[in-house]
Amino acid sequence: MPDSDELVRDDAPITSSKTIKPDAALSAEAVTIGRPAQELYDFWREPANLAAFMENIESIEPVDDRRSRWTVKAPAGTTVSWESIITDERPGEAIAWQSAEGADVDHKGKVEFLDAGARGTVVRAVIAYQPPAGTVGKVIAKIFQREPRIQSRRDLRRFKQLMETGEIATGARNRRIRDEREEDQ
Amino acid sequence: MKALTWHGKHDVRCESVDDPEILNPRDAIIRITSTAICGSDLHLYDGYVPAMKSGDVLGHEPMGEVVEVGPRSTLKVGQRVVIPFTISCGRCYHCRKQQYSGCENGNPADKQDIGREAYGQPMVAAFGYSHLTGGYSGGQAEYLRVPFSDVGPLVIPDDSLDDDKVLFLSDILPTGWMAAENAAIEPGDIVAVWGCGPVGLFAVQSAFLMGAERVIAIDHFPARLELARGFGAETVNYEQTKVYEALMDMTGGIGPDACIDAVGLEAHGAFADNIWDQVKVSTFLGTDRGHVIRQVILACRKGGRVSMPGVYGGFLDKFPIGALMQKGLTVRTGQTHVQKYLRPLYELVAEGKIDTTFLISHYGSLEDGPELYRKWHDEQDVYTKIVLKPGLEPQLAA
Repeated sequence: MPDSDELVRDDAPITSSKTIKPDAALSAEAVTIGRPAQELYDFWREPANLAAFMENIESIEPVDDRRSRWTVKAPAGTTVSWESIITDERPGEAIAWQSAEGADVDHKGKVEFLDAGARGTVVRAVIAYQPPAGTVGKVIAKIFQREPRIQSRRDLRRFKQLMETGEIATGARNRRIRDEREEDQ
Repeated sequence: MKALTWHGKHDVRCESVDDPEILNPRDAIIRITSTAICGSDLHLYDGYVPAMKSGDVLGHEPMGEVVEVGPRSTLKVGQRVVIPFTISCGRCYHCRKQQYSGCENGNPADKQDIGREAYGQPMVAAFGYSHLTGGYSGGQAEYLRVPFSDVGPLVIPDDSLDDDKVLFLSDILPTGWMAAENAAIEPGDIVAVWGCGPVGLFAVQSAFLMGAERVIAIDHFPARLELARGFGAETVNYEQTKVYEALMDMTGGIGPDACIDAVGLEAHGAFADNIWDQVKVSTFLGTDRGHVIRQVILACRKGGRVSMPGVYGGFLDKFPIGALMQKGLTVRTGQTHVQKYLRPLYELVAEGKIDTTFLISHYGSLEDGPELYRKWHDEQDVYTKIVLKPGLEPQLAA
């Protein structure tokens, strides 16, 4: 038997490796969306569009072409805010970003738009997230109570719904019930 | 509006709840004219389905009249429509393959996690069938919000076809039809159908239309077996008869070419394996009772087909995987792709080749609903199908 580090890596993404713990702060999620890659990229690249499908977003305001200020809802009517910087972009293919230095929510990520032929586009998001420490950290942990993997999976599912169907599903019967359910989340 | 609401095991109420509204561009609001109680509603009534919340509105076999439309609905106010029980978008990978019950775009993202954990993939959205399938209000009510109304509802242009003739296009007729289609019936086949509830009876009818030479129908309710006999089926009453032995004899030792389990997770019957299953279900060691599917696999001929329209939800042990493999069986199952079958089945109904009205044994108002649920549960020999008509005078004494 060769040593484990001599083993040839398989073809699976590193984020599904057994050596990464389920609660580790690196996650990858993928969805297939039946729309062209360029259309999906263009929508995602516009910061004003992101709040439509991302949970808990209060606002995303562009600072310049590569930087934007994110404000996220926190418990008891408060908010948490940080600046996000696009670190790399390949039109129609990928966008990478990271939080500005000193941000309370220290993370970086990349979303790829991979042409999948007749299936449409595989949208794959990889998030690396540094769990926060300290008092502020506790508040933030409360907001990001779900592991980032579940959070990004839900965001991708909503992105898929919006781009494929033109709307985001709600099981509510009317506005009152929809608002109640949003409060519960 | 008035609606039938779920409040726990064997607790269904007729209550006043606030009306539905248009929430998304493709929505429509339907005023319900007819709405059936489904056999699978009994799984909710018996408390087998998790993620139900007190006050959830029941019902997934509705039809009615369009009263309001969102900006991207293609329906027009005043049209008569039958509503499929799944909420499918028509645009995603599964819908484009006509596998509408694989659609994930109707189920809100936060409701998808539990299906992903339990089944590896999220569940389709459906009306009135727990928060696993989206937490949508159901159609046993005066009004219903219908998402993706440009894709799902079937407009009934012909006023001469009354509600009773077309209502079952919403679920049980396509489900019985798909059950027979999944059995890949060839001319000359002998087909066995377990369960002569509505889906089983429609499967019997469909199997003959698809060329089956003989159909053997299995149940223990005499009235239901009589309905199957009316379509030309031979009947087996499992309270009088050993089913496996009978099937071997009736098929000359070969076994049925195709077997359809139209019963699912709440199989009745006092058989040793079933009693053990019931003990485990009641102690939460297992979730599904599996007597029927075990018997199906043992009885089916080698190289035969097993079709499973009956609903299962969780886990089953003592599953005869060895018999399945050694006999080379093909199993096909799944929630019904209603939207795929709506139009062709409507044509068969309009041409008079399929008549579903024989099934209806009782009508009621929404106010009769709680009592009719109890009767549907307790008196299945007499209550073969219940159709509720909002606005009807209550039929049962208070």
